[in-house]
Amino acid sequence: MKHIDTRGLSCPEPAVKARRAASELSTGDHLEILVDTGAARDNVLRTVNSLGFEAEATEYEGGFRLIVTKK
Amino acid sequence: MDTKQQQPSKQTPFRFFATRTGIITAGALIGLIACFLALAGNPVNMGICVACFIRDIAGSLGLHRAAPVQYLRPEIPAFVLGSFLAALTFGEFKARGGSSPVIRFVLGAFAMIGALVFLGCPWRAILRLAGGDLNAIAGIAGLAAGIGIGVLFLKNGYSLGRSHAFKKPVGLAAPVIMAGLLVAAIAKPAFLFTSTQGPGSMRAALLISIGAGLVIGWVAQRSRYCTMGAFRDLFLMRDWHLMSGVMAFFAVVLVFNIFRGAFTGAFAAQSIAHSQHLWNVLGMVLAGLAFALGGGCPGRQVFLSGEGDSDAFIFFAGMLTGAALAHNFGLTSTSDALKEGILTVGGPATNGMIAVGIGLVICLIIGFSMRERWK
Repeated sequence: MKHIDTRGLSCPEPAVKARRAASELSTGDHLEILVDTGAARDNVLRTVNSLGFEAEATEYEGGFRLIVTKK
Repeated sequence: MDTKQQQPSKQTPFRFFATRTGIITAGALIGLIACFLALAGNPVNMGICVACFIRDIAGSLGLHRAAPVQYLRPEIPAFVLGSFLAALTFGEFKARGGSSPVIRFVLGAFAMIGALVFLGCPWRAILRLAGGDLNAIAGIAGLAAGIGIGVLFLKNGYSLGRSHAFKKPVGLAAPVIMAGLLVAAIAKPAFLFTSTQGPGSMRAALLISIGAGLVIGWVAQRSRYCTMGAFRDLFLMRDWHLMSGVMAFFAVVLVFNIFRGAFTGAFAAQSIAHSQHLWNVLGMVLAGLAFALGGGCPGRQVFLSGEGDSDAFIFFAGMLTGAALAHNFGLTSTSDALKEGILTVGGPATNGMIAVGIGLVICLIIGFSMRERWK
């Protein structure tokens, strides 16, 4: 599973990094993205969903852990 | 990976304001409240103007002595406290900071100078256009251009670096200071400066301003409403989410003004506006670029301050300082004036033009020098 840690970065950086990393996924691949604010979670989810990826967010270490999957 | 497996995994619940309907609702509600505040006494096309209101607060505290623009606008502290309450309620209050605070301060100061050359923040630019002030077209074009330049920097690795978690008092500083300002706005101690004429003398009743500010602060914190972000996300990722909220904001105010017969549809002699198109454009190019590099429009910086982001509060401090400098050094624009049928066109004096030029150069230097690969 690929992994990017965007904690502490201001918007739109988490979404930009997520978009870049997600676009490199192959079918069946997973991408783990760590964010530290609700705004970053919402932005990243919206970005990857708009690209057609499935994504799920769970609370993690005071922030959020997003798992993005290319179906 | 071991630590990750030990963490309790909790699915985040449905969030209405994160949806397209939610952001449209937020934009429409903020627009409606802006109309109401103008009806209740705030200046025309200025029911809400975050930059102007911060400028008025700077005046009320004696940081500048421009008599017509001095009033401790309760909306701004109420924005912060509304956001603070929402962040506390939904577990999103988080004390953080340390992401290039000095750079953010400088960006805040130049953003304010640019906004005061145009005479309004992005929110007011939309309000002015929806009220028929066609000079706002130049301002919004400039805003979009400035944000577009900021997007180019973002695409090329621009970053102010990571923020870090801090102890709670760091995040509480903004809400506590704003609570103090709100107490001062209510108690009206004699040392505050308060305009008796001009825009600073036009104000909604105190409780109306506070109530409106708290509601907007809450809704904006939940929805992440940001006018700069609307343009940035559209240019950067073709994401219409925030822009749909801004369009709802514009549509509500436009309909409201047309319904009231208050839509003017003209360039000359508009309320608290000038018709020097070049400087309307350039002022907002500077503001838009500074907002894009700073990560949010004035409203968003205020709302982030309420949820514990001390970097955003530093940007706010930069705006407050920029407002004081702008008035003390004669950098702001004057409005068009129509007296006995004779139009006197306003706009910036030479100092203001020079300040915009310096601001653009400094923002470009920041944009080039804060790229990740330059580390």
